[in-house]
Amino acid sequence: MKEMESQNLNFFNVATDTELDLSFVNEGIHAGFPSPAPDNVSLSLDLNRELIRHPAATFFARVVGDSMRDADVAEGDLLVIDRSLEPQNGNMVVCFIDGEFTLKFIRLDEREKGVIWLVPANPDFPEIKVTPDNNFMVWGVVAYTIKNRLHKL
Amino acid sequence: MFALVDCNSFFASAERVFQPALADKPVCVLSNNDGCVVSLTNEAKALGIRRGDPLFKIKDIVEKKDVAVFSSNYVLYAAMSARVMHILSEAAPDIDVYSIDEAFLNLEGITNEQLKVKMAELAARVPRWTGIPISIGVAPTKTLAKVAAKYAKKYKGYHNVCFIDSEEKRKKALADFPIADVWGIGRQSVKKLEFFGITTAAAFAAKEPEWIKRNFNVTGLRTWNELRGTPCIELDSLAEKQSICVSRSFGKTVTDYEGLKESVANFAADVARKLRKQHSAANIITVFIRTDRFNTSVPQYSNFVSQTLTVATADTAEIITFSHEILKTVFRRGFAYKKAGVIASGIIPDTAIQQHIFDTVGNRDKRQRLNKAVDVINAINGRDTIKYAAQESASGAEWSSRKDFKSRNYLTNINELIEVRI
Repeated sequence: MKEMESQNLNFFNVATDTELDLSFVNEGIHAGFPSPAPDNVSLSLDLNRELIRHPAATFFARVVGDSMRDADVAEGDLLVIDRSLEPQNGNMVVCFIDGEFTLKFIRLDEREKGVIWLVPANPDFPEIKVTPDNNFMVWGVVAYTIKNRLHKL
Repeated sequence: MFALVDCNSFFASAERVFQPALADKPVCVLSNNDGCVVSLTNEAKALGIRRGDPLFKIKDIVEKKDVAVFSSNYVLYAAMSARVMHILSEAAPDIDVYSIDEAFLNLEGITNEQLKVKMAELAARVPRWTGIPISIGVAPTKTLAKVAAKYAKKYKGYHNVCFIDSEEKRKKALADFPIADVWGIGRQSVKKLEFFGITTAAAFAAKEPEWIKRNFNVTGLRTWNELRGTPCIELDSLAEKQSICVSRSFGKTVTDYEGLKESVANFAADVARKLRKQHSAANIITVFIRTDRFNTSVPQYSNFVSQTLTVATADTAEIITFSHEILKTVFRRGFAYKKAGVIASGIIPDTAIQQHIFDTVGNRDKRQRLNKAVDVINAINGRDTIKYAAQESASGAEWSSRKDFKSRNYLTNINELIEVRI
């Protein structure tokens, strides 16, 4: 992964060229008997394939900050961002507003035309009202967050 | 019909993807050792900066106008390029990657109506998925597609896609098009043409073919034909290409890794030979494999991976080794592969190869002499008279013994390792 510094998020390039097979047991032990299963049948799970639906459009980023704490996204977590997804109401998105990247939920309100709300998951942070006056773009929709659970309490 | 897809200000745009604040700001990317400008955005052009300007010359503008300047990051650009090319190859079955930021799509057999829809989709998809803006030119010849792409880039009204799909449009497009901007017309030819009073593509295309051939030989004649709508440029015929691609569709699909390895070794050897023939070396090696996209009844898979080399090379053994390393990462079991290929890009003259402190290959001189000797022998006795063993794997050779009961290569093939069940 190649790291690129940005203000609040560190970006990584996605290497989808590797395949991580987590193989399940697909044969028992056959004492003295060869397995009838053909070699090319492998029952396995490739996380690259499962978590990265659109390799050309997927970017990894690492979280810095805690505005999404109550959504269980914390500093150090990895984000899997899929830019091919159309942002929907309620999605967690990486967006760019007035010179900075940020991670928020988006909320659209039918009664307010042309307004997008950026909703944090931490009461210490305010909701941000985005109007056409802001320099704003949704950079990509977060498809997965990956958390290291080896950190101890 | 052909489409030329061109990434706008590619290196600068790639930098912008990760710094959206620069979206409407002037951005320049410098060459190796921060020498001169190799890529710049329209905003930078508007300030008077030109491609090729040395950094010291633009220092004043950079400071006064707050121009964002980057050193080149070829690993990033190669990775971005692979993404763009991947999207293009999924949209169009037949693609020729011409350089790190340009590709020709062969669009035969698609109706014009479908084509309009498809190209508009592509023009939206590439920037949305990758962040890289593109321009698409569509025309009956590659040279005209290049012309069309220039129009697509220049005028907003085209929405990034310009079609030259009628005689009327062709005439209109060429009327004011500077001959110096036509693909394949070099600086020397421009001077000569100026002398004859020819400054537009239209004036060039209006000349007699005999006159063109007499003054600009067969290359000029090809451009003349192409401008008149007759396709005659095969990418292989270009004297000095910005990328070299050797690929083939297999007569019978290949499912095993060893089989692909052998083909890839042959493509790699051919790429190396072509590089040496034009006295050049490559900085980036790409390997792609894909299943038969026209056979929708089988599982589909296609992938590209590029690797940037520490030192540019045209060495057969080295390019085979790199290609095999890359193949190992793109290969997935359980698919029937129809096509594979090796692409060399980031091509530079072999006189400009920069030595590197971390170069892991010793005695480059000796290897260069070996390659030269092999080239000479093969030139006299026929291609592949002398070749590397990897170009003919044991499994593919007729003389190999049958191995119906062979176990997996547990220790030597990463795809065949032991599975520990717990």
